Amino acid sequence: MNTIRRRETLFAVVCGACVFVPLLLLVGMVGAVVVRGFGRLDLSFLTSYPSRHAELAGLFPALVGSALLVAMTAALALPIGGAAAIWLEEYGGRSRLARFIELNVHNLAGVPSVVYGILGLGVFVRVLGLGHGILSGAATLALLVLPVVIVASRESLRAVPSSLRDACAALGATQWQAVRTVVVPAALPGMLTGAVLALSRAVGETAPLIVVGAVAYVTFLPTSLDDPFTALPIQIFHWVARPQAAFVTNAAAGILVLLAVVASVNILVSWVRDRAEQKVQR
Amino acid sequence: MIDSARLSSTQSSTQSSTQSSTQSSTQSSTEAPLAVRVIDLHASFGKRSALSGVTLDLAAHEVTAIIGPSGCGKSTFIRCLNRMHELTVGATLSGRVEIGGADIYGAHVDPVLLRRRVGMVFQKANPFPTMSIRENVLSGLVLTKSPRRSMGDEIVERSLQQAALWDEVKDRLDDNGGSLSGGQQQRLCIARALAVEPRILLMDEPCSALDPIATARIEDLLHTLRERYTIVIVTHNMQQAARVSSKTAFFLNGSLIEMGPTKILFTRPSDKRTEDYITGKFG
Repeated sequence: MNTIRRRETLFAVVCGACVFVPLLLLVGMVGAVVVRGFGRLDLSFLTSYPSRHAELAGLFPALVGSALLVAMTAALALPIGGAAAIWLEEYGGRSRLARFIELNVHNLAGVPSVVYGILGLGVFVRVLGLGHGILSGAATLALLVLPVVIVASRESLRAVPSSLRDACAALGATQWQAVRTVVVPAALPGMLTGAVLALSRAVGETAPLIVVGAVAYVTFLPTSLDDPFTALPIQIFHWVARPQAAFVTNAAAGILVLLAVVASVNILVSWVRDRAEQKVQR
Repeated sequence: MIDSARLSSTQSSTQSSTQSSTQSSTQSSTEAPLAVRVIDLHASFGKRSALSGVTLDLAAHEVTAIIGPSGCGKSTFIRCLNRMHELTVGATLSGRVEIGGADIYGAHVDPVLLRRRVGMVFQKANPFPTMSIRENVLSGLVLTKSPRRSMGDEIVERSLQQAALWDEVKDRLDDNGGSLSGGQQQRLCIARALAVEPRILLMDEPCSALDPIATARIEDLLHTLRERYTIVIVTHNMQQAARVSSKTAFFLNGSLIEMGPTKILFTRPSDKRTEDYITGKFG
């Protein structure tokens, strides 16, 4: 009896440690960044262009670049990913082709992001000639997060009870009518959760953007889809690499801005998801 | 007797739009329910046979109960009557099913249109979770873009009245369908099936998840519904079959063992296996 109790306690302690040790590390890291960078945060930091003088430098182009990248990545990846998931789950069914595609989608989710960068450079920049601009960057990021979107959307479509599909069929609805009116609305909250994960990842990605050709020192906003651009992670990376301590402070402040952007994307999508969820009552 | 054009009257209404749509709405409420004739029906899932050689007639205006132990093919049988069986991967079927004299497996029959004429209520209430009570009732018309959805309020009230749910929900039609109790949800599903104005109503153990009071309400409902619909009800509950049906068919291992007037089948069954089942020796 006592041994059982003791094991029970031990198990709870081990599991608890798995929660709190990483959490403490994370809090420590964020805390260090806040201590270093918070004082540097002001409006001019957000609205200034990069500069050789650390105290004058800002990340305005990077902020705008990241915002545009997220918006364009969402516009590309979410409709394509959602539609692909609908085909795989509702139409592809258990066909060999659908299973083959599903397996590969799972594999693609594990491919290092720099490989997507090389692919983007090859396909979007060189073959399609989209230039080293923000369009190539967003297309590459969309490709990168597509597996996440597809897998998450597919899971939530699968979670829609088949009794609802039966009910639609029995009412004389075609499959498309059922998918559009009943299945997708019921799956939407889960699909949007996948969107949160995907877009958060896209905001933080650095490597593929560097490969595609984002530059760190941009003193103007992009005015066309193939103008040179930068993004927050790239700006941070660039500042961290500078020897002067003042630039490292800039990097810390930049990290705080990046965290805020990630949080805003999450909050925005979660808000949309909650609205969709209110409609679903199981 | 009744040709396939009547079976799929929804199809013709798209061609001569307004005239036939107003016509069909007044017409179909007076139109007689259709009889069903099943001849040598075989159905299977992959290599596993579910029905072998079922032949029977279902009379219009009657409630026919299908009884039998689990796995005897009851549900498969009624899913063949609205061509839902073929939606299962690997499902196959042979034989002939006639509704109102027309072969529903004929080459010209669109199963989607057929299912608008042959409604179905499932074992577990399955209201659409993203829709209100009103939207649930109208969902069949909205899903299929029926021109009758313009008469929404009228159809909502009539269907809920027929399903004996109107008085309980008339003040909260915009609440979510999932906010109702289990028995109310099942009646909502019945109202949803009736709103499409089918001729035949298939019910697959509609009361198996309900308490006795909700069950009694649905059984009462069947007595009034049979005036307007041909009803086939699958049930595990033999008392229920005895209470609601005028004819009963007993299935065992995918075959029809015996079918006859309910009173006779339950008091003087002609087959030993039927007697064993209804007296509780197996199943």
